[in-house]
Amino acid sequence: MIRFFNVARAVAWRSIHNTLVNPAILVPSIIFPLFFLIAFAGGLSRISDVPNFHYRSGYTAFQFVFVFLQSAAFGGVFTGFAIARDFDSGFARRLLVGAPRRSGIIAGYTIGALLRWALTGGVVTIAALIAGMNIDGNGVDLIGLVGLGVVMNLVAALWACGVAMFLRTEQAGALIQMPVFVLLFLAPVYVPISLLTGWIHDVANVNPVTAVLEAGRGLLAGSPVKVAIAFASLAIGTAVMAVFARRGLASAERAG
Amino acid sequence: MTPRWSLRPMDAAGDDVAVDVALPQPGTLGMPPGPRFLEQTLAVARRAMLRTARQRALLIFPMVFPLILFAINGSALSPATRIPRFPTHNYRDFLIAMPFIQGAMFVSITAGVDLARDIESGFLNRLALTPLRGEALLIGQLGGALVVGTVQAVVYLLVGIASGVTFASGVGGALVLLLLSVLIAFAFATLGGLLALRFGTGEAVQGVFPLLFVTLFLSSSSLPRDLIKASWFRDIATYNPVSYLLEGLRSLVITGWDGEALALGFGFTLALLAIALFFAQGAMKTRLARK
Amino acid sequence: MSVAAAAIEVEKLVREFRKGPRAVDGIDLAVSPGEIYGFLGPNGAGKSTTVLMLTTLLPPTSGRATVGGYDIVRQGAQVRASIGAALQEAALDAILTGREHLMLQATLQGLPAAQRRQRAQLLLERVGLTEAADRRVGGYSGGMKRRLDLALALVHSPRILFLDEPTTGLDPQSRAALWEEVERLAHDEGMTVFLTTQYLEEADVLADRIGIIDHGRIVAEGTPARLKAEIGSPSVEITPADAEAGDRLAELLAAFGEAHRNGRGRVTVQLPGGEAQLAEIVRILDRADLKVETLQLHQPSLDDVFLAKTGRKLEGAADDAAVEPAANGRRRRRRGG
Repeated sequence: MIRFFNVARAVAWRSIHNTLVNPAILVPSIIFPLFFLIAFAGGLSRISDVPNFHYRSGYTAFQFVFVFLQSAAFGGVFTGFAIARDFDSGFARRLLVGAPRRSGIIAGYTIGALLRWALTGGVVTIAALIAGMNIDGNGVDLIGLVGLGVVMNLVAALWACGVAMFLRTEQAGALIQMPVFVLLFLAPVYVPISLLTGWIHDVANVNPVTAVLEAGRGLLAGSPVKVAIAFASLAIGTAVMAVFARRGLASAERAG
Repeated sequence: MTPRWSLRPMDAAGDDVAVDVALPQPGTLGMPPGPRFLEQTLAVARRAMLRTARQRALLIFPMVFPLILFAINGSALSPATRIPRFPTHNYRDFLIAMPFIQGAMFVSITAGVDLARDIESGFLNRLALTPLRGEALLIGQLGGALVVGTVQAVVYLLVGIASGVTFASGVGGALVLLLLSVLIAFAFATLGGLLALRFGTGEAVQGVFPLLFVTLFLSSSSLPRDLIKASWFRDIATYNPVSYLLEGLRSLVITGWDGEALALGFGFTLALLAIALFFAQGAMKTRLARK
Repeated sequence: MSVAAAAIEVEKLVREFRKGPRAVDGIDLAVSPGEIYGFLGPNGAGKSTTVLMLTTLLPPTSGRATVGGYDIVRQGAQVRASIGAALQEAALDAILTGREHLMLQATLQGLPAAQRRQRAQLLLERVGLTEAADRRVGGYSGGMKRRLDLALALVHSPRILFLDEPTTGLDPQSRAALWEEVERLAHDEGMTVFLTTQYLEEADVLADRIGIIDHGRIVAEGTPARLKAEIGSPSVEITPADAEAGDRLAELLAAFGEAHRNGRGRVTVQLPGGEAQLAEIVRILDRADLKVETLQLHQPSLDDVFLAKTGRKLEGAADDAAVEPAANGRRRRRRGG
């Protein structure tokens, strides 16, 4: 167990360090979520004038939840890029050879992803507050919201780990990113699900991200809904992706 | 005509030996002074198109991604048509302009990365050693991008029509939309070429890509400018030339023949093209480093 | 040099880059028509920068040079019409086939349409790429790429050929084939060849004259034989079959010069009269009935020349200056030899 944590700590440290000393990685990870917040909350605020659009805390808060959770998901996705780069450069092989407990490698990357997201999530939250976002939830609600983000980040990081370890090349980037992107945008991003019509309504209804998004919005507005479903979905996602990532690691070990 | 050579080798000690060689003048080896501009441009364009045709897989993502966004946002944002004074009942009529601009931006990056690759690999140096003129290289290189832009535009148009988009300006309007969108793609491709010539690496060109997408979203891409609530955002969209490209395309679908919107759309496109071409030519001269 | 017209003439050529020392620091050289001139030096010495200037891809900071009788600064177009160049980067398009490369080059060089295909076919045959001609270059080996590179440089029948480290990274067979072609071009077709290399053997075997460059300056110039002769005469190292016979061996060899004793009875002596004295040594040893285990003749090498001129060996000199700016302004670490 100690060796597991030692490996995880070392990998996590490297992940954080590489992000902080490399502006080319750090800056986009902060800028993109901010940009989405500006574009959606700023540019689409008129959407709240659509008849029957009801959200107690206002459109900025409505969009903030999406951007917050999206940044969590993409924070996990970027971890996959880093792993893929490590394979391309040969560093991953060094890790596999040197680590006494290899499952600690996955843990390290996911911890690194979480710590990086802590920075991004913090910046996005501050920006939303400066923009005048209303918060109607209490402390427990907000912890719940952060908890959703943490688990979302974990699921995405494990997914990204798995893909990167199976494919072991930087060209896996699109395959890592696209499914997450599409899944996020097939949820009620711009309006509540009750206002969606057509095929998008049907898809959003079965999309697990919808429950997470609605739970987050409910927590921020102080009227929690679907919180249990949201966490259950994320827990299942975590379990599935953990197995996927472990299988990816095994594939990488077999490849040598 | 064969050159006249009369050559004796140096002696073993390396002492100079009088050499009598008649060095032929340029143009005496049976070749004309140099190929014409059109021939050069076509040769380079042919290469660009061969490269495009042989890397079809690279075309898929830039073509499909805007269509995915069109499909998703076309449905997800359809409640926006219920906002008072929204200009159409079918949100896809409003949104169809977006894929053309997104596609043009992808073309821009592809064209830029291709040219940057030639610079990095030294292939540009090889071309620089021929009588090839810089303008011919630039325009020929962009020829491949033009073909891709045209194919993309046709695909987006067909998908739009299939998804229920109707043209208030009729068939003629659809053709004008194609023309404008191809021009836009060419203008962005020239911009991509300029970035490649200026920075010289594919990485730098790709690094500009997010900025291009930012300009797309800070425009009237999702809502009409007069319906944007946040005044600061509305101002940015008003000063953003991309808004006028979108509105020019969109006017053919929603309004019909809107002279002002078309004039602004074509005007900004041609201005972008002219500015990008001007600076790209200068950058090409510097890059070729020839006097 | 009493030539009617030097093919390449360089006078006090300098190239400075904004950040860093002078890559080329005032070189003078002249290359006769039909000569193979070897430009030898370690990585970062200034060889490629010189080639880039002479091929008009990089403007000089100061100095002047003419190639084919044309000034590289004021008459760039005429220079380019007279030269072919195979630069250090093979600079090929992996997506195009070999034949397509040649057709493109022929078109851009202005060959009449009717001649292009024929010229391409001829060159493919000359460099041995007919079978691979219609395959994409991305699948070519390093040797094949170099051969195609050479063919492309010859499309317009230039009088002067620049080859920048043409055999770096090639296997011995490909290297030998390229040497053969270069010799044929120069000696049979009278082409002037300006060849840069970091390989001693390549310069020694191919070049009619060599210029040794280090830190941007030419430190020695001449034929390989003359350069080596300047350093000193050859030496012979003899190991007697009986290690005790070392003293007697030294006495016998003292007639030629100062004999140096090494371990195991080995004796080394210089041969001021050159390797022709070797026969005499053998006769003396035979008359004295002294059995020999090994007898080795050491010729001064170009590495010895470099050592004498710069104080370090050519083969280790790469570590000292391994970064040379590239024509596109980016600094690059050069490939090792």
